[in-house]
Amino acid sequence: MLYPLVLAALLFAVGLYGVLLRRNAVLVLMSVELMLNAVNLLLVAFDVQLRDTLHTGQTLTLFVIVVAAAEVGLALAIVLQVFRLRSTVAVDDLDLLREPDTAPRPSWSGHGPGEVGSARGEVGPACGEVGSAPLGEPERAP
Amino acid sequence: MTPAEVVFTLLGIVTLGSAVLAVTTRQIVHAALWLVVALGGLAGCYLVLTAELVAVVQLLIYLGAVVVLLLFAVMVTRAPIGPVDDLDTGNRPAALAVAFATGGLLVALLVDAFGRAYVDLSAAERGSAEAVGAAVFRTWVLPFEVVSVLLLAALVGAIVLSRRDVGTPDRR
Repeated sequence: MLYPLVLAALLFAVGLYGVLLRRNAVLVLMSVELMLNAVNLLLVAFDVQLRDTLHTGQTLTLFVIVVAAAEVGLALAIVLQVFRLRSTVAVDDLDLLREPDTAPRPSWSGHGPGEVGSARGEVGPACGEVGSAPLGEPERAP
Repeated sequence: MTPAEVVFTLLGIVTLGSAVLAVTTRQIVHAALWLVVALGGLAGCYLVLTAELVAVVQLLIYLGAVVVLLLFAVMVTRAPIGPVDDLDTGNRPAALAVAFATGGLLVALLVDAFGRAYVDLSAAERGSAEAVGAAVFRTWVLPFEVVSVLLLAALVGAIVLSRRDVGTPDRR
């Protein structure tokens, strides 16, 4: 009975390695599928081991497979939109939400590194002025 | 080892090997094809575990739909054919460390918790498709319907995301 559990654990580790390692978003999705399948194998193994009369494990496995199919459909639509906007699907190029004080890097095609860096530099002071103005007003009002 | 365990071990080796190849190969299309082998091996594992309905559904949905969707995505994103050098990020040591730690921890935990449990697979319940079907459509019929609604919502969401003429005019 130990074999399915060990196989599921190793498969999950392999999928995790792929998620952390891969750069292409489609390959990251494939690794996520491997992790989901490891959990499915664990569910089926425990269903068989416990002789579940309601077959909870196998039913939940079917539901997980359906949810995984839905997830892949949505994720591929998102990947397609990202590819249309940025013409790349490399996950470490999608760094629009990075901290502005890090070194500017060339991100996606169409924008130079200097342009991105100057845009990030303007965001910081503007946000500070907007945040400080409403705080000072109530003190002056009375 | 019983014959079922021997078959399961061989299928597990095939599955694990092709999974490792899928996450380490340098060709994108080969990764998808190794994923097919891994998922098919898992379907065989389900068959050995007497979960025949799950095995058939795995073959139909994963090999029939999900992998085809992934191959479509590889095609649409104009992935290069042939070996590519920049498929991996620079955090290979961190990824290896996290993967080995997770795998070791999970194996140690599962072996420690369930190492003495034993199930004779040759004496397991045979022909469980009928029982699973009855369980899905009797006990779990409400979650089944909710899952179908979820699938419909995901379908509509994917269409809305993919179409360019949906949304406000200034966002086109």
